[in-house]
Amino acid sequence: MATVKLKNIKKTYPNGAVAVQGVDMAIEDGEFIVFVGPSGCGKSTMLRMVAGLENITDGEIEIDDRVINKVSPADRDVAMVFQNYALYPHMTVRGNMAYGLKNRGLPKAEINQKVTDAAKMLRIHDFLDRQPNQLSGGQRQRVAMGRAIVRDPKVFLFDEPLSNLDAKLRVQMRIEIKRLQRKMGVTSIYVTHDQTEAMTLADRLAVINDGRIEQMGAPIELYNNPATLFVASFIGAPQINLIPVQFDGKNLNSGDLQFSGFKDLPENTDLILGIRPDVLEPNNDGQLEMQVDLVEQHGAENLVYGALNGASTTDGYITEICFKTNQNTQPAIDSILRLHFDQSHAMVFNKETGERLI
Amino acid sequence: MSNINWRIILNHTILLIGVIFMSLPVWVAFSTSTHSAETILREGLQFWPGTNFIGTYREVLFEQGGVMKSVLGITMLKNSMILGIGFAIGKVIVSMLAAYAIVYFRFRLATPLFWIIFLTLLLPLEVRIIPSYEVVAGLGLLDTNFGLIVPLIASATGTFYFRQFFKSIPEELLEAARLDGATPWRFFVDILIPLSKTMIAAILIIMFVVGWNQYLWPLIMTTKEENYTLVIGIKQIYQILSEGGELPQYQKAFALTILATLPPVLVVLFFQNWFVKGLVESEK
Amino acid sequence: MKRVQFEHSTIPYLFIAPQIIIIAIFFLWPAAQAVHQSFLLEDAFGLSSQFVWFKNYFDTIGDASWRQAAWFTTVFSVLVTFLSLGIALLLAVKANEVIRGARTYRTTLMWAYAIAPPVAGLMGNLMFHPLIGDLYKFLNTIGWDFNHKLDSFDAGFVVVLIAVWKQVSVNFIFFLSGLQGISKAVNEAAMMDCKSPTRRFWTITFPLLAPTTFFLMVINITYAFFETFGIIDTTTGGAPGGSTNTLVYKVFQDGFRGADLGGSSAQSVVLMLIVLALTVIQFRFIERKVHY
Repeated sequence: MATVKLKNIKKTYPNGAVAVQGVDMAIEDGEFIVFVGPSGCGKSTMLRMVAGLENITDGEIEIDDRVINKVSPADRDVAMVFQNYALYPHMTVRGNMAYGLKNRGLPKAEINQKVTDAAKMLRIHDFLDRQPNQLSGGQRQRVAMGRAIVRDPKVFLFDEPLSNLDAKLRVQMRIEIKRLQRKMGVTSIYVTHDQTEAMTLADRLAVINDGRIEQMGAPIELYNNPATLFVASFIGAPQINLIPVQFDGKNLNSGDLQFSGFKDLPENTDLILGIRPDVLEPNNDGQLEMQVDLVEQHGAENLVYGALNGASTTDGYITEICFKTNQNTQPAIDSILRLHFDQSHAMVFNKETGERLI
Repeated sequence: MSNINWRIILNHTILLIGVIFMSLPVWVAFSTSTHSAETILREGLQFWPGTNFIGTYREVLFEQGGVMKSVLGITMLKNSMILGIGFAIGKVIVSMLAAYAIVYFRFRLATPLFWIIFLTLLLPLEVRIIPSYEVVAGLGLLDTNFGLIVPLIASATGTFYFRQFFKSIPEELLEAARLDGATPWRFFVDILIPLSKTMIAAILIIMFVVGWNQYLWPLIMTTKEENYTLVIGIKQIYQILSEGGELPQYQKAFALTILATLPPVLVVLFFQNWFVKGLVESEK
Repeated sequence: MKRVQFEHSTIPYLFIAPQIIIIAIFFLWPAAQAVHQSFLLEDAFGLSSQFVWFKNYFDTIGDASWRQAAWFTTVFSVLVTFLSLGIALLLAVKANEVIRGARTYRTTLMWAYAIAPPVAGLMGNLMFHPLIGDLYKFLNTIGWDFNHKLDSFDAGFVVVLIAVWKQVSVNFIFFLSGLQGISKAVNEAAMMDCKSPTRRFWTITFPLLAPTTFFLMVINITYAFFETFGIIDTTTGGAPGGSTNTLVYKVFQDGFRGADLGGSSAQSVVLMLIVLALTVIQFRFIERKVHY
């Protein structure tokens, strides 16, 4: 049980590369925090700084109000699950789980008890005497979790622990991790680049970009109310539709398209209109016109993709559009549809700064 | 179909020629060693084993004056063993420790020390043989096992083998071990040594062969006959042969050749898979 | 180097100390001695010596016998490297191709690795022995007036042959494992794209083996320079007339037999410089081209 505080932490590598540029964060006791962002954004570096595997260039990290910048990884009372599991290949499952406890000098009986309990909880007690190479990917993953759990740490750290599993196992383990964490109530930090994992696991989500926190909050909050263009486009699958526009004092314009009802926006500035695929619906009076070129059937729902007619083309923004609908709506390929969106669901961003305006 | 068959026959023919090219000299050496000196002088080399196997090898191994003036073949065999095994073990210990320091620690002199070690790869013993001899002689180490073995360990091949291998071990293992509270020494003993078992075995084998086959260094290091290794003995018997005498004992020369060849060849054949793995690992 | 390392002030030095101490005493000190001695001229009895700057170097390089050895070393290295690589590659490709007996071939082709060069030398020497050597007789029956004791070309032939024989197995092991390292999928893709096995070899397999080949070239040149010492010492001993002296063999001969310490040391230093230069060339110019 612990709180974790990051106070203006920075990381600069000896070669001058800046990985983390001043991050502040307060993690509550028992909270499940997910760091999500594209690869190279600094999320793993931040996690490793909490673990003590990476030096902190500047700032302070506190666990339970104790500054741990100079404390060795073993004495921070944190446990970590690695992406490739990092199991000791020459030790049995039992040996792997017990190693950390042995180094802490716990009595044998207690170690045994803890290992057995954790193994039962993870349903790996039948494999305790096997070696890692005799286990499947999912089982290895559990052993890696077990090794963290037996330590009974203040903080769990997860570094993309599911990315080496196949899709089905990944979903299964995701649910299991969440349940375990609930049950044990241990403060956890979880790093991933997968936004579905991030959305489903997190109590609070930190979207990281370029060594900074873009936005932090409950997953649904970030989805509904992204603070920046980056967050809006990173969170949500399928991705939000982005249309380059300009404001003329009354309407938003993009090529031949015109969207009315917007106000208080800067003129002569490149703006981006963002519309989530699930707020678009076919309607003959709709503001947008699309030519369908692909329908993806996902079972309960269909995703319809096509070209957006009439929009201006700006570098980097393809005039492609997607909307989500139920399984019964199946527009023909090449058919022309009009799509409607409720203005209150539309978001407007400054293209240059990425700042959310509406 | 017939096309394919021709190709297979051609492949096997080429391989068989290769096998004969590689094996025949040793086979002939062995066969000839089992004939008497008279037969060899009269008929030349022999392709089939004769009847004198036990006689020749007993004389070479166990009889005084059988091959050298005083030293027995079996003593030379023992000396070769000491050199091979001592060198292999010494090399593995020294180089594994050094490689561990280089790969797993951040310390101030790491870079210059690494380059010093690298330098030894470029300048083999042969080019600094005379000053090396003088240093060892000055330390009073001539004709000692220590003086024979330790200077050979100066070349850092083993260190580089281990360095390559350690680098191939996933970093997360060290990170996990640190979170598990392992000290540097514990990590070395609990994790690194068990993980390196195969590699250690492979390097022991390679280094045994390298040590056994040392020539120039033991040649100048050993002044007393009783310290000769088999490989050095060969040089001596060759000199005796070329000086001439009553009846040149060619069969003994061949027998000594076979004795010098057999142990390293057996080790390599017996531990073939480890040996190949260890050797090839060095390339990466 | 690892991204994460232990940070400790004394432990790494303890671990690395044995290696460094051995290197300091038995490598750095002798190497420094060699450099020092290369500037000295000793009198005939070794009683006194004087500092003569680069005289030994000029004498070395100016000496016809040194230049002869340098020339022989070059030709010898090139021949040994290319012949042993070529034979080994051919055998490895075939051993990789056949299914029946692949393991037996592998074993019988690689074991010669364990034979010491001087042992190979002595074996070869007896095969070419004028009295009992069948190869000697054979070459003379087919009309080659063969005598490696007198004819320098014949002597070179013997040394090259034995040196190649000894080196084929190492190269074979590396080539075979290189071939086995080429992914099956790449081979299968190549089979669909190209019908001729020969063409497939030169356009796909051989380029993929380039890193192995480069590595082996380094190994083989080092071998030809240094390790063949034992072969030369047990076959020709540099004879006839120094025509089969390699540079290394000459260092030994002049230093030990000839007791010319200054000259021998100067040769050592020149040899060190040659090896350094070769290494730099290999890494700067060749390696860059063969890695993907």
